Amino acid sequence: MQREGSPWTGLWAVAAKEAADHLTSARMKIVLGLVILTAIGAAYGSAGQLKETVGSDPFLFLRLFTTAREPLPSFAGFLGFLLPLVAITLAFDAINGEYQRRTMSRVLSQPIYRDALLAGKFLGGLVVLTICVITLWLLVTGVGILSLGLPPSGEEVARGIAFLVVSVAYSAIWLGIALLFSTWFRSTATAALAALALWLLFTVFWQMLAPLVAGALAPVDPLDPMTALTQYNLQHDLMRISPTTLYGEMLTGILHPSTRALGLLFRSQMEGALMGAPLPLDQSLLIIWPDFSGLVAGIVLVFTLAYVSFQRQEVRA
Amino acid sequence: MSGAAKGDPVIEVRDLVKRYGGVEAVAGLDLTVNKGEVFGLLGPNGSGKTTMILILLGLTEPSEGEVRVTGLDPLRQPLAVKRAVGYLPDSVGFYDTMTARENLRYTARLAGLDTAEADARIDNALERVRLSDVAEKNVAGFSHGMRQRLGVAEVLVKDCPIAILDEPTNGLDPQSTTELLDLIRRLRDDGRTVLLSSHLLSLVQSICDRVALINHGRIGLTGSVDELRSRVLGGSYTIEVEAENVDIKTATAAIPGVAGFADLTPGHVRIRATADIRADVARHIVERGGRLTRIAMHQPSLDDVYQRYFEDQRTVEGQRAFKGASHAA
Repeated sequence: MQREGSPWTGLWAVAAKEAADHLTSARMKIVLGLVILTAIGAAYGSAGQLKETVGSDPFLFLRLFTTAREPLPSFAGFLGFLLPLVAITLAFDAINGEYQRRTMSRVLSQPIYRDALLAGKFLGGLVVLTICVITLWLLVTGVGILSLGLPPSGEEVARGIAFLVVSVAYSAIWLGIALLFSTWFRSTATAALAALALWLLFTVFWQMLAPLVAGALAPVDPLDPMTALTQYNLQHDLMRISPTTLYGEMLTGILHPSTRALGLLFRSQMEGALMGAPLPLDQSLLIIWPDFSGLVAGIVLVFTLAYVSFQRQEVRA
Repeated sequence: MSGAAKGDPVIEVRDLVKRYGGVEAVAGLDLTVNKGEVFGLLGPNGSGKTTMILILLGLTEPSEGEVRVTGLDPLRQPLAVKRAVGYLPDSVGFYDTMTARENLRYTARLAGLDTAEADARIDNALERVRLSDVAEKNVAGFSHGMRQRLGVAEVLVKDCPIAILDEPTNGLDPQSTTELLDLIRRLRDDGRTVLLSSHLLSLVQSICDRVALINHGRIGLTGSVDELRSRVLGGSYTIEVEAENVDIKTATAAIPGVAGFADLTPGHVRIRATADIRADVARHIVERGGRLTRIAMHQPSLDDVYQRYFEDQRTVEGQRAFKGASHAA
């Protein structure tokens, strides 16, 4: 049955309201404060480390993002761990919160479709996450200029922008997951816990689980070297189910220009290559392309699930 | 506003059925609400009132049947329908971290009003529901009555020809109830059609032009309060008489229309009658030398109608269930 009118009526009104809500909410301030503090800490740590080991690296600025100084992880590592937390904070009560506040039927009785409400909430969250990621990037760049005393080169800026895009996509999938849980569970606490459980699973436990599962499913036969390859490939594929793995791989590809492959690389494939020579930007992007499209496909999938579940929901609380 | 004249149907519902799982929340419901009237949907909790309202707004799909709101189908043209209808949900909620004005501004933006127009209407509406002085306060501190009034303000801002109010006075104290009823009356005076649902009869009785009794997803009776009263109670009147120096029963037994007596205390009798026979009763008592101290007719309220009607329903259903059980045995 065809319905009349655009599903996007009211989309921007919802998105603007959500973004404004997020930016002024106390919980956002707390989480952002945490992220910014740790990010600056990590950047200072790596800047200090870089000064001690300053070499002839042509991409010194990019090292700022990936160099870790014990006991702190690198800035990129921090983002992989904390961006999901920010995204979950934004969206875990997006839909069920409306039911709980009893505002759902009032909002939906306005001349808008449900599509606009769901998409607007996603969009509003995404705008805030983008602001957040850009702020962090600029902060780290600022810290780098101050402490290293040199500006980033053109290619480094370009890679920095690629880093921004990838980071926004990575937070978007967590935003989608939190949004999905907020439509599935009527209680905001349950939705938050479910999202946090998934976050812990993917950011902490997945890299421990994947080798175990791969080892059980594809045992290595010591007489057949190909089985080792099969096991490694299976393990790699399993790891890539986790968005955190995808994000880490993409950051490696973008921020380490000398990366030539994200999986195994055979000697025959390296023939004629200059060891350690950086790839041009477009080649680096090609390497991360499969990961990136996988991540975007994940966002679409999660959002679609949330959409279907929300469309079928009864409005009455 | 639509071009319909006063008295034309603006809401039409035919054979509406809504099933949740195997349960029929609405079971074959017919309803017509005409332009400019205040229509009351009266029924106990869980009788299908809210479900029907959600279907009218296109927020829930009917399983069967046809619905028209100002001639539009809420399933196919939900946006047009929602533009024509202002809705105050059962125990309405607002965003607690926003002020009253911001809440209204948000819904005005969703409704597609431009900012200047919306601001003017919001000022007006807040004035009218007497919330102007708390317009810049966060809704978190609002009482239930204030929230309800803010809900009415939202309907006013939307300025649409139909207002649907679901249990508007639920949980309000008597003063807030009176205020809200006043607001509803003024909605009607502006030429709007008002559909309100309630389980409170006094409310419906005081402001509704027409009432539908609804139970188990069906309309039992439709009509004005007076019509319902006579149809359910079958034109029975109760007259209370207090008199001295006379036996009230013997004095009035001969009056045509007297159906029975009930002694309350000596000199205080309740007469059941089929018509308003107060004048005759008074004359008979006085002619026999009695000193009449009080005579009053007990007006059956909608409460009685309601109680009687749903009691009958229960009895009928009980019998049906009993028969079913014995057949099964």
